[in-house]
Amino acid sequence: MEIISTLPPELIRMVFAVIIIISFIFLNAIMMGYLERKIAGHVQRRPGPMEVGSHGILQLVVDGVKLVGKELLVPVNVDRTLFRLGPILSFTPVILPLLVIPFSEKLQARDLNLGLLFIVSMTSINVMAILVAGWGSNNKYSMFGAMRAVAQSIAYEIPILLSMLAVVLMANTFSLKEIVGAQQKIWFILLQPLAFIIYIISGVAETNRAPFDLPEAESELTAGFHTEYSGMGFSLFFLGEYTNMFTVASVATVLFLGGWHGPTLPYGEYLGIVWFFLKVYFLLFFMIMIRWTYPRVRFDQLLNFAWKYLVPFSLVNILITAVVIKL
Amino acid sequence: MRESQFQEPNRFFLNMGPQHPSTHGVLLVVLEMDGEYVLDPQPVLGFIHRMHEKMGESRPCQGFMPNTARMDYVCALPYNHGYVSLIERKAGIEVPKRAEYIRVITSELNRVASHLLWLGAYLLDLGAFTPILYGFDDREHILDILEDVTGSRLTYCYYRFGGVYRDIDDKFVEATRAFIKRLRKRYDIYEKLVTKNIIFIKRAENIGIISPDMAIRYGITGPNLRGSGIAYDIRKNEPYSVYPEFDFEVPVGERGDCLDRYMVRVREMEQSLRIVEQALDTLPDGPVRSKVPKKIKLAPGDCNFAVEAARGELSYYLVGDGTSVPYRLKIRVPSYSNLSCLPELGEGILLPDLVSIMGSLDLVIPEIDR
Repeated sequence: MEIISTLPPELIRMVFAVIIIISFIFLNAIMMGYLERKIAGHVQRRPGPMEVGSHGILQLVVDGVKLVGKELLVPVNVDRTLFRLGPILSFTPVILPLLVIPFSEKLQARDLNLGLLFIVSMTSINVMAILVAGWGSNNKYSMFGAMRAVAQSIAYEIPILLSMLAVVLMANTFSLKEIVGAQQKIWFILLQPLAFIIYIISGVAETNRAPFDLPEAESELTAGFHTEYSGMGFSLFFLGEYTNMFTVASVATVLFLGGWHGPTLPYGEYLGIVWFFLKVYFLLFFMIMIRWTYPRVRFDQLLNFAWKYLVPFSLVNILITAVVIKL
Repeated sequence: MRESQFQEPNRFFLNMGPQHPSTHGVLLVVLEMDGEYVLDPQPVLGFIHRMHEKMGESRPCQGFMPNTARMDYVCALPYNHGYVSLIERKAGIEVPKRAEYIRVITSELNRVASHLLWLGAYLLDLGAFTPILYGFDDREHILDILEDVTGSRLTYCYYRFGGVYRDIDDKFVEATRAFIKRLRKRYDIYEKLVTKNIIFIKRAENIGIISPDMAIRYGITGPNLRGSGIAYDIRKNEPYSVYPEFDFEVPVGERGDCLDRYMVRVREMEQSLRIVEQALDTLPDGPVRSKVPKKIKLAPGDCNFAVEAARGELSYYLVGDGTSVPYRLKIRVPSYSNLSCLPELGEGILLPDLVSIMGSLDLVIPEIDR
C-alpha cells in the first residue's frame, strides 16, 4: 500500500485506464464480430450464428478459443522478425487513441490539448503494420495487399485531415473535450454536413472495410496482406481492424455528432457515455450494412475518387468555413 | 522468350490458381505482370481431366449417361439432353411428345438455376457477398422442384433414350408455377441490389469488350456471344426438341462488355421462364417413354447433335461401328472456347478487371477439362 501511495496519482489513473481500455478492446471485438455476423446474416436473409448459446451469442467466444488454440504457422521463406512483428504492430497502437477520447464529460483518460493530432498519428501506424506483414510474408499476394494499403492510406488520410480541420476551425481547438463542449447547442454535423460525409467515406477506406477493402480483396488477392497468417497472428489483425473501426466511429461522434450530448440523464457527467456509445454503434452498424451491400471498387477508381473528388471538395469546404468564420 | 521477359526488373509471374477464390475451380492462370497490370494471362488446363470422352468410347452408350451430368454440374440437364438426342438421332428412336415437353421444362429450369448461381458468383468476384445468397435462395427452389421428379439435385441422370425416367405430376406443375411467380417478384430485389448499383456498373461497363469479330474468331457461344450483339442461339438457329413451338426472344447486348453479358443472362432467365410457362400450359398427355431395345446398335457412320447449354453451344459428335459401344465420341463444350479468348482480352488490364472478365465469361472448369 505504501508504494501505491507514493506513486503519483496520475500514473495510477493511467494504468487503470489502460487496463480498462484493453479489456474493452477485446469486448468490442467480440461484440463487433457477433454483430457483423448477425447483421450479415439478416442482410442475406439467413439467421446467422444460432448454435452456441442463445441466438449464437457465445459463438465469438468459441471462435476465440479456436483461434488461440491454432498453431502459429510460420512459412519457410518468410522474414521471421517482420512476420512476427506485423500483427503486434497492428494491435498495439490501436489502444492509444482510445486514451484521449472523451466518452463522457468525466470519463476520459487524458485530455491532450492536441488530442485530435494524437489520434491521427496513432491510427497511421496501422498502415506500417500492414506493410510489414505484407513484406515479411514473402508472398506476391501479400505484397500486393501491402502496396495497395500504403497507397490507399496516403490517399485517404488527406481528406480525413482536411475534414477534421474544418471542425477544428469552428471549435478553435484540437482538444477533443473542448470540441464536444463546443457542440452544446448544435452538433457540427448540421454545420458541416459535407465534412461529415467526406469523413465517413474516408473513414471506411482508412479502416480497409468493404467497399474499400482492397488490401485484403478476397476475390483478387486471396486474403491480401494476411494470406500467410494463422491463429492468433490472424486474429490480432482482426482485433486491430475492429478497434480501428471503433476509433473512427468515436472520432466521428466527437467531431460531428456531439459526443456525449443527448437528453439529460441523472449523473450526466458519467452517463453521457450511453449517448456516446449509441452514436458510435449506430455508425458501426452503418459501416457493417455498407460492407454487406456493395461490391468492391477497383483500385484506380478508389484513388481517383480520393484525389479527384474528396480532396478538392474538402479543400473548398475548409475555404468556405474559414471565410464564414472570419466574417 | 519467357526467360528474356523475366529479366526485365518490373515483370514477374503470378500463379492465379489452381486454388484461388475467383477461378471457381481448379483452373490455373499464369499471369505475367507489371505491377498491378496483367500483361499476358495464360490459362493452364488439365487439373481435373477425367477422360469422359474415353469413358464414352469404352462402354455401351447407356453407361455413359451419368457421365454427361458430371461435365457441367451447374447446368447438367442440357448435357443429358444433348446425349440422349444424339443417340436417338443415331439409332432412329422416336420420342413421345410429352417427354420432349418435360425435357424442355426441366432443361430451362436448370438454365435459370445456372444463371442464378452465376449471378451470385460473379458478384462475389466483384466483392459483393450478399447477392450469392439471394441467388442460392432462389436456386434452392429449383433444385427442390427438380429433386422431386429427377431424384437428384445436381448431377441429374433423368433423361433416357426414348423419353424421360419418370413422368411429372401435378405437384411439380404447381411448384413450378409458384416458382415462376416468385422469381418474377424477386427481379426487383436484384435490380436494386445489383443492376442499378453504381459500383457494380463501374466495375462491369466497358470492361472486357469482345467484338463480334473476335467472338466468332474464337468460337465463343452462348450468352457471351449474344452479349457481343450476335443473336445466335441453337434453340432458334438449329431448333431441336420442341423449341420451335414456343415463343421466346433471344436477348442480345450492344457493346460486348461484362455489363452486356450480365444483362443478357438476366434477360435470358425471363425468357426461360416464358418457355416453361408456355410448355406447362400446352403440356400434352401421353406416355413419357417409348419402347427402346435393351441393346442399342449404333450403325456405322457419324452423327452430330448440338444443344444450347447455359454457357453456349454444346455439341456431341459420335462415330458408330455397328456395336453398341461408340467408336468415337467427341464433346464440344462451350466453356473451352469461351476461355480461349482470355489471353487476348486480358492484355494490359488491371488484375481486378481480369477477375471481373473471368467471372463474366461464366466458366465451369470441370467442363473445360472433362
